[in-house]
Amino acid sequence: MGMAESILLTIATAATPLLIAAIGELVVERSGVLNLGVEGMMVMGAVCGFVAAALTGSPWLGVLCGILAGALFSLPFAFLTLNIATNQVATGLSLTLLGLGLSSMIGESFVGSPGVRLPNLFIPGLTELPLVGRLLFGQDPIFYLSILLVIAVTWFLFKTRTGLTLRSVGDNHASAHALGIPVIGYRYGAVLFGGACAGLAGAQLSLVYTPQWVENMTAGRGWIALALVVFASWRPLRVLAGAYLFGAVTIGQLHAQALGLGIPSQLLSSLPYLATIVVLVLISRNRRLTMINTPASLGRAFVPDR
Amino acid sequence: MKKIVMGLALALAATTANPAMAQDKVKACFVYVGSNSDGGWTQAHDLGRQQVEKELGDTVETAFVENVPEGPDAERAIERFARSGCDVVFTTSFGFMDATVAVAQKFPDVKFEHATGYKTADNLAAYNARFYEGRYIQGQIAAKMSKAGVAGYIASFPIPEVVMGINSFILGAQSVNPDFKLKVVWANTWFDAGKEADAAKVLIDQGVDIITQHTDSTGPMQVASERGIKAFGQASDMIKAGPETQLTAIIDTWGNYYVKRIKEVQDGSWKTGSIWDGLKEGILTMAPYTNMPDDVKKMAEETEAKIKSGELKPFTGPVKKQDGTEWLKQGENATDQVLSGLNFYVMGVDDKLPQ
Repeated sequence: MGMAESILLTIATAATPLLIAAIGELVVERSGVLNLGVEGMMVMGAVCGFVAAALTGSPWLGVLCGILAGALFSLPFAFLTLNIATNQVATGLSLTLLGLGLSSMIGESFVGSPGVRLPNLFIPGLTELPLVGRLLFGQDPIFYLSILLVIAVTWFLFKTRTGLTLRSVGDNHASAHALGIPVIGYRYGAVLFGGACAGLAGAQLSLVYTPQWVENMTAGRGWIALALVVFASWRPLRVLAGAYLFGAVTIGQLHAQALGLGIPSQLLSSLPYLATIVVLVLISRNRRLTMINTPASLGRAFVPDR
Repeated sequence: MKKIVMGLALALAATTANPAMAQDKVKACFVYVGSNSDGGWTQAHDLGRQQVEKELGDTVETAFVENVPEGPDAERAIERFARSGCDVVFTTSFGFMDATVAVAQKFPDVKFEHATGYKTADNLAAYNARFYEGRYIQGQIAAKMSKAGVAGYIASFPIPEVVMGINSFILGAQSVNPDFKLKVVWANTWFDAGKEADAAKVLIDQGVDIITQHTDSTGPMQVASERGIKAFGQASDMIKAGPETQLTAIIDTWGNYYVKRIKEVQDGSWKTGSIWDGLKEGILTMAPYTNMPDDVKKMAEETEAKIKSGELKPFTGPVKKQDGTEWLKQGENATDQVLSGLNFYVMGVDDKLPQ
C-alpha cells in the first residue's frame, strides 16, 4: 500500500463519523428541531455497538445495535421537546450529559477488552488496483453507507414530496399545521433518523476507527458534526465537503508535524477548524441562498393551538 | 452503606467522647480528574486507593469523587471533602494545584496531597513520579527492536513533564544506537482515541516501526497491532489492547505511597514536603518485558536494576541540546530544578518544540 493511498484511507476513516452524524442532524434541523444531543447519542451508539459486538462476536450485530441505541436514545428528547415543548437547547444538552454518563456505566467492564473490527470490502481485481483500489473498493461497509446516506438524503429532501413537506415543517410549523400536516409526526421521524445516524457514527468509532471501547471516545466529534451542519448552511453536499475537508486537514497537519517542517504544532492543530470554517463560509457567502436554506423555525417549540 | 453508618458513628464517638480514637480511623479522600475505569491515569490512582483499603483495613476509610473538571468545580469538590471530615485529601491532577492550595489555606487541620504539582504549604504536600526513568528503558528497547532506526512519539502538550519524557526516550535510544531518530507528533489532547490512532497511522506511514505515547488511550496500541509493529503502553498496563504488540508499559503505582502517607497521618508523623520518587521507590513500575528477544529483555532488566540502584541516571552528560550546544558536561547530572522546567529538546529529536 502506497503512502498516498494510506493517507487517503486515513482521511476517509476520520471523516466518516463526522459525515454520518452531521447528515442525521441536518435532517433533524431541516425539520425545525435543534438537537444538541448528538454527542450523547453518538457515544451511546459507540458503547452499545461495541458491547453487542464483543458479546456476540458479530460486528454486524454491533452496527445494528449502535443504530438502534442512537435512535432509542433520541426518543426521550423527542418526547420532551415535541410533546411537552421543553426548551430544545437545554434538553439536547442534558441528553449529551446523560449519554456520556450512561455510556461509561454500560461500558465499564469493557474498557480495554479486545474489540471486533468490521471487515473491509474485498473484490478480487478491483481492490488491488493501484492508488484508488483500496479507496473505492476496499473500505469498511460504514464508509459506503455514509456516501449512500448523502445521496439518499439529498434526493429525499429536494426531490420527493415528503422531503418538501419536511422542509416546510422546518420553515414554518404554524402554516404547515394549518395545512393539516402532522408537524409533530414529521419531527418525530426526523429526530429518530438523526439519532440512528448518530448511533451509526458512534458504532463506526468503536468498530472501525479504533475497534475498542474507551470512555468518552467520541471526544467532541458530535459537536464538530453540529457545527458542520450550520457552516454547510444545511446542504448535504456541503456537509460532505466539510467533513472531508476537516478530515484531510486533520491528517495533513499530523503529517506536517511528523515531517518536522517546523511549523508550530498549536497552529497546525487549529488548522482543521480554521480551514473548514473559512471554506464553508466562503461557499455559503450568498446571503439570499443561505436565508432560503436556513430552517426558519429552527429551535422554536411548536405548540398546536387547536 | 453499613460502612458509612459505622464510619459516621465512629466519627461522632470520636469527636464527642474520645478524641484519641480519631487518630485510629483515618478518612482518606481522593479527587479524580477522570473516571476510575479510564484504563489509564485515574484508574492507576484508584488502584492505589484500593490498595490502601486492602492493606490498612479497618483503620482507614476512603472516599473518592470522579470526573472533577479542573477549575472552579475542583475547589468546590475539594472543599466539600475537607468539610465532610476527611483527614487527608489527595488531589490527583496537575490542574487541581491552585484549587488545592486555596482549600488548604481554609482548612489548616486537614492534610492535603497534590499529585504532579510544585506548590506546598504546612498542610499541603506534593508528590510526583520520575516517569522519565521508564522512558529511558523504553528508548533502549526501541533502538534494539527498530529496524528503521526511527520511532514515533505521540505527545500531548508541550509541558516539561512531556518534554522530559521525549528527551529521556531519545537518550536511552542513543545509548544503544547513536544515530537513532525520533519523530514527534503533538495530538494536543490527553485523551482522544481516534486522534491518537490517526497520529499513530501517520507516524507509521512515515516509516517509524515503534510507537510510544504520552497520551492516555489505547488507540495507538490498537493501530500498532493492526499494522503489525511494536508499541509501548502508558500509565496502565495496555497488554490487553496489544497482546502481541506491547513491549512494556510504564505503570503508575501510587499505592505504596498512599499507604505510607496515610500511616503517617495515623501515627501523627505526617509532614509536608515535595517528593519525586522513581523506579527505586516503586511509585512507577515496568510492565513485563514482552514480545522481544531474550537479549533485549536482559538489557532492559539490567538498565532497570541500574536505575534502581542509582548507578545510572538518564540525564547524565555528555548531552547536547537539539541545536548542538552543550547542555550537560561529561558526567554531569541534570538537577531536579532544571528537569522540572525543561523546555528544550536534546539532539536527535526530529521536531521543533512548540513554544
